[in-house]
Amino acid sequence: MTQLERQQWDVVVVGAGGAGLRAAIEARERGARTAVICKSLFGKAHTVMAEGGIAASMGNVNSGDNWQVHFRDTLRGGKFLNQWRMAELHAREAPDRVWELETWGALFDRTPDGRISQRNFGGHEYPRLAHVGDRTGLELIRTLQQKIVSLQQEDKKEFGDYEARLKVFQECTVTRVLKDASDSADASGGRVSGAFCYERESGRFFVLEAPAVVLATGGIGKSFKVTSNSWEYTGDGHALALLAGAPLLNMEFVQFHPTGMVWPPSVKGILVTESVRGDGGVLRNSEGKRFMFDYVPDVFKEKYAESEEEGDRWYEDPDHNRRPPELLPRDEVARAINAEVKAGRGSPHGGVFLDVSTRMPAEVIRRRLPSMYHQFKELADVDITAEAMEVGPTCHYVMGGIAVESDTAAARGVPGLFAAGEVAGGMHGSNRLGGNSLSDLLVFGRRAGLHAAEYAASLAGRPAVDEIQIDAAAAEALRPFSAEAPEDGSPVENPYTLHQELQQAMNDLVGIIRREGEMHQALRKLAELRARARRAGVEGHRQFNPGWHLALDLRNMLLVSECVARAALERTESRGGHTREDWPGMDRAWRRVNLLCHLADPTEGLAPSESERGQIRLEREESDPIRADLLSLFEKEELVKYLAEEELKS
Amino acid sequence: MSTYDASFRVWRGDTGGGELTNFTVEVNDGEVVLDIIHRLQATQAPDLAVRWNCKAGKCGSCSAEVNGRPRLMCMTRMSVFEPSDVITVTPLRAFPVVRDLVTDVSFNYAKAREVPAFVPPQGVAPGEYRMQQLDVERSQEFRKCIECFLCQDTCHVVRDHEENKAAFAGPRFLMRVAELDMHPLDAAAETGLDRKRTAQDEHGLGYCNITKCCTEVCPEHIKITDNALIPLKERAVDRTYDPLVWLGNKIRRRNS
Repeated sequence: MTQLERQQWDVVVVGAGGAGLRAAIEARERGARTAVICKSLFGKAHTVMAEGGIAASMGNVNSGDNWQVHFRDTLRGGKFLNQWRMAELHAREAPDRVWELETWGALFDRTPDGRISQRNFGGHEYPRLAHVGDRTGLELIRTLQQKIVSLQQEDKKEFGDYEARLKVFQECTVTRVLKDASDSADASGGRVSGAFCYERESGRFFVLEAPAVVLATGGIGKSFKVTSNSWEYTGDGHALALLAGAPLLNMEFVQFHPTGMVWPPSVKGILVTESVRGDGGVLRNSEGKRFMFDYVPDVFKEKYAESEEEGDRWYEDPDHNRRPPELLPRDEVARAINAEVKAGRGSPHGGVFLDVSTRMPAEVIRRRLPSMYHQFKELADVDITAEAMEVGPTCHYVMGGIAVESDTAAARGVPGLFAAGEVAGGMHGSNRLGGNSLSDLLVFGRRAGLHAAEYAASLAGRPAVDEIQIDAAAAEALRPFSAEAPEDGSPVENPYTLHQELQQAMNDLVGIIRREGEMHQALRKLAELRARARRAGVEGHRQFNPGWHLALDLRNMLLVSECVARAALERTESRGGHTREDWPGMDRAWRRVNLLCHLADPTEGLAPSESERGQIRLEREESDPIRADLLSLFEKEELVKYLAEEELKS
Repeated sequence: MSTYDASFRVWRGDTGGGELTNFTVEVNDGEVVLDIIHRLQATQAPDLAVRWNCKAGKCGSCSAEVNGRPRLMCMTRMSVFEPSDVITVTPLRAFPVVRDLVTDVSFNYAKAREVPAFVPPQGVAPGEYRMQQLDVERSQEFRKCIECFLCQDTCHVVRDHEENKAAFAGPRFLMRVAELDMHPLDAAAETGLDRKRTAQDEHGLGYCNITKCCTEVCPEHIKITDNALIPLKERAVDRTYDPLVWLGNKIRRRNS
């Protein structure tokens, strides 16, 4: 039996971004003793990088807005693949979640009558995004962080201890979700009993025993070379869920944000906020043409301007003009940029031009887009008030994720496991609208915290942690220090090299445009990397050792990368964040098909695989029909573009 | 694209001590100091400890001292140096070293807890908050803070004076007091909490002698001294509402 520190909590939240912190606040306010565990310092989570805003139909700027319109936009953006109940809950509850932030001290930008200002964004019919300049994510994370501190101040008064009921374990990593031993032979059963963790600073292992675990670990972007995501985005929660026996949903849908920086190389992929276009910025190719007018797909034809004049008038008079096609959903814009560059009409560094300098006075640009102004000035020597930016697609977000129950955020198949935010699947369908992420974090973070607390309180006794699982987790985490050298005598593998090869492979072979042959190639490469990752070794000791941390994260990146590649190969259509060159059309028969990824051999753990067979097994599942009152929010003419005959009849 | 080999000196060690280690490392066009540290990790020193997250100047994780100046490594471009320069990277001096470039910044989290939170106004329901843009902008400036703690590191009150840490919150958290004090709807006063007074009595504002070091290192260009600390120090003699004092303060602040 491994000797290590154990603590008992009611709810453990993994991840301290918007979803994790909101879940922790809710769980604690519902009476659960709650621990938050995060890889970085408290307040540094990826949410700080969100720029544009929080989508919520408050109707402060255009009173025509309401939750039904928001719901409609969300389904259109997701090409009707969304788990519709999640989209409904999200649209209904988002305004309350935003207003609540004000009672915790948030300071959003204001309308002239003193309410929360809202800005336009791609795919949203009305100005809908509550924002603070272009640093909305920072405001969100800071507000939640400060709310946590205020709850801790209350506990200090009551119990003399800030951490009596809510504690943040910063710079710690969870490597396994633990379950009780009741049926350990079958990893797909069993209830959550805790989490196996290590402290990054010391390398010390510890166990948090808890009947409920909320996964809120964000995304997977670090498996791709060009990405807007930070180092933390290694798919940890996705992998933890898979390993615990919970399936992932629709992992083929990966959002490439249309506008990332393309130069200089060291900043390639860093995000350029969609607000640039929401506030009037336009996209041009090397010929100076606003090319987006050529890329409006049929399903959106009636909703977008056909001329530059009409598009320009829309900013002032949205009731009588249609929006410019620069504000199409992100998947459309990213594909269009990709096509322009391929056709030889790109910018000098392989992107296209995004211009605000000719659209607004310099002073307005600096006020509305201060972070962008600084980012380009300081990292690329470009003054965006005087010249155009060069931008291109960057891996930004994964729509796929842990399969959850819509109302409770409970992960399917593992009692006691919950998931919220980017790590959860379903909400955004095949493509997420900008602004719908921050609202997703708040709506489903709260729901996950609520239901995790209720679940923990409802149990008669605490599920026991299984000592065998703890020993196995400790051995797995230490393996990189005793990596086997290959038989031919070559040195152990360098985890940094493996990571770079993985990123290159995913970028080139399972990127924005996908082809069958390349995805087979990707699966073979993943099998090779998986075998080599077994030999990934590290130097030095366990104290704050980034090489060791990366070696452990590789397991997760390899697992989720295989999910993406395998599901992308299976889905023979193009929809949202999944574009097949060999299957270019959207297929109505695929609309109701969810692809679930399961760990192929849960008892075997992670044996290396020689073949393409790999570690992931796919399952097709038909989604529930959309509720009639929600369907009736759309015109029949629109529905026929998405739904099959038999769905329309009912 | 131009490439050259740069000379780096990086502090390596832990709580038991350490020393500057010399490296020769490739530098490419457009790179920042953090890129070079990452290259060292990937090619020469896989266990070199460093904090970083966003690599875009938004999270405030990769704080260190570059040639003795507190900086974000992700926002320090290599082009500001000559190829012949030796570049020295050391951990933040005001905080205890954990390993290599990583320091123990728990001081800051302890201080954050000592500032009483926002007090919501009684009887104003969520959704009913009304504030003018002009009025929220003062606090919004301070909420741009990314908590990189460079100001905490450079502030001479604690930089070489461990003994002052207990009594002094540091610029970042004095600014937090100012932010709440200027929040248009903060109801602390109604509960008997005088934020300006606590800045002086509990958070050590008196130690600050407005040398503006904090403002100089702020990567967000927040005017910490002028807009947060000085107004906190200016406790009106008569604290009842005086429109002339208010107007005077406003005009002066805008000109600064």
